[in-house]
Amino acid sequence: MKITPELVEHIAHLARLELSGEEKVRMEAQLADILDYIGLLDELDTSDVPPTSHVMDVYNVFREDEVRPSLPVDKGLANAPEKAGTAFRVPRIIEG
Amino acid sequence: MDLYRLTIHDLHEELREGRVTSNQITESVFDRIAEVDGRVRAYLTLTKEAALEAAARSDERYRRGDFLGPLDGIPIALKDIFLTEGIRTTCASKVLENFIPPYDGTPVVRLKEAGAVITGKLNMDEFAMGSSNENSGFFPTHNPWNTQYVPGGSSGGSAASVAAGEAIGALGTDTGGSIRQPASHCGVVGMKPTYGRVSRYGIIAFASSLDQVGPLARTVTDCSILLRTIAGHDPADSTSAEVPVPDYPSLLDGKVEGMKVGLPEEYFSEGLDPEVERLVREAAHALERRGMKMVPVSLPSSRYAVATYYIIAPAEASSNLARYDGVRYGVRVPDAESLMEMYKRSRSRGFGAEVQRRIMLGTFALSAGYYDAYYGKAQKIRTLIRREMDEAFSKVDVLLAPTAPTAAFPIGEKMDDPLQMYMSDVYTIPVNIAGVAAISVPCGITPDGLPVGVQLISPPFGEEVLLNVAFAYEQERGTFPNCPL
Repeated sequence: MKITPELVEHIAHLARLELSGEEKVRMEAQLADILDYIGLLDELDTSDVPPTSHVMDVYNVFREDEVRPSLPVDKGLANAPEKAGTAFRVPRIIEG
Repeated sequence: MDLYRLTIHDLHEELREGRVTSNQITESVFDRIAEVDGRVRAYLTLTKEAALEAAARSDERYRRGDFLGPLDGIPIALKDIFLTEGIRTTCASKVLENFIPPYDGTPVVRLKEAGAVITGKLNMDEFAMGSSNENSGFFPTHNPWNTQYVPGGSSGGSAASVAAGEAIGALGTDTGGSIRQPASHCGVVGMKPTYGRVSRYGIIAFASSLDQVGPLARTVTDCSILLRTIAGHDPADSTSAEVPVPDYPSLLDGKVEGMKVGLPEEYFSEGLDPEVERLVREAAHALERRGMKMVPVSLPSSRYAVATYYIIAPAEASSNLARYDGVRYGVRVPDAESLMEMYKRSRSRGFGAEVQRRIMLGTFALSAGYYDAYYGKAQKIRTLIRREMDEAFSKVDVLLAPTAPTAAFPIGEKMDDPLQMYMSDVYTIPVNIAGVAAISVPCGITPDGLPVGVQLISPPFGEEVLLNVAFAYEQERGTFPNCPL
């Protein structure tokens, strides 16, 4: 697997990370190393093997649709970096 | 008598007989913290005032004769991954440096209901990603056996605090070995229960299909007491199992004659330190003396477990850690002009290098064009690893293996080579991939004076057998020495 600077840039954007020039160079080398090791998995033919996403047989767990107490607004907002009234405040979303 | 050196089991006896008070035990532990934590650095936050209040309430219960159980009045510490109402919870990340949770996680609720005295919050690798505690966003924890060495990770603060007498027991979490590997490096008992045995509600998520809460303590009996308290179904965690919880402590009789122990050949091959191998094989002989039968088994897919893990765990982490966006909690850069800029700069400022590396790796493995070749492939190999484990358990009662390929390593040794660090967990990772249970029990000390652990592995929900085999081994081994600190 060839890791390019463009791929690192693209993945960083998807992950919502901003890497400095130096960090990108290091990340490129380290990801290449790790993915090279992970290439070991290509030895195995898994075409007939079903995937396991979870070790338990987990199905939807349902409960009665009853109103129950939830976190009060003031507690929910207590750790917010910025708030406005009963809402979380963020920078402008709509450009222009 | 140094109360901080005693076990949960013995302290409870002393409390019941009225020979000591929880106040005395708690003061002894905090005195010990004051004496050694400057060198060990196991704690991120101490809660002495609340602990002494809890101890006073416990002493009142013992006076009245209506104590709550074997944990009542016992000082227990928590990895800083457990949400604690009103007490700062950081996950050792700058992102959550000032986060005060509005509620307690379920295992914390259960400890409090059992009367445990919470001493504080323990250091760890940031977001539980690491094998040495060097990835803490604040400072590294040191191994109490030799402070130039790492305590292991990610529950390194948990293992170090129990080893150093800074807590009588502790809780940690184990996603790929994060309880067992530090337990091995610090000479304490550490257990990863079956996936689903303990509720994950109110535990900061790393890799949700692998994470499991478990105890660290000085003896198998103490681990069984802690597990008995925290295990069981929780309506708030749909992956917690509706499987009855046996009364583990009362089931420890050490009778293991005729049971079979599997020795997986792949766990005794290249990369294993010869001294560790010698000590682990001695542990197998000890169990033979107890009448257990050793059976060679093979788990060929184990060789692929680390590579599989480093797709699945980062993939789940990249999704779980998307919540740290600077909106509802956590750090936010003050001067971003757009929402996107705020997300990116806040996250890059808050997350440490290893966390960013894993988010990148996981995002890559899930991204369009790479998903099938990486994430899809890893899920299939997960099936193979689980099948082989199931097959092995059709022939043997438990498996025996090293916990880690080496004893603790010097601080700084593996920090520049992520892949080398990942290999620390080569023998613990398959257990999480398969979702089974395992325990690490101290089995010896290297000529360098560092402890080594032997790992026992059981089928899902086989904790009572696992604990009993570990208990039989512990009886055969005899008392394990305290760290020299």
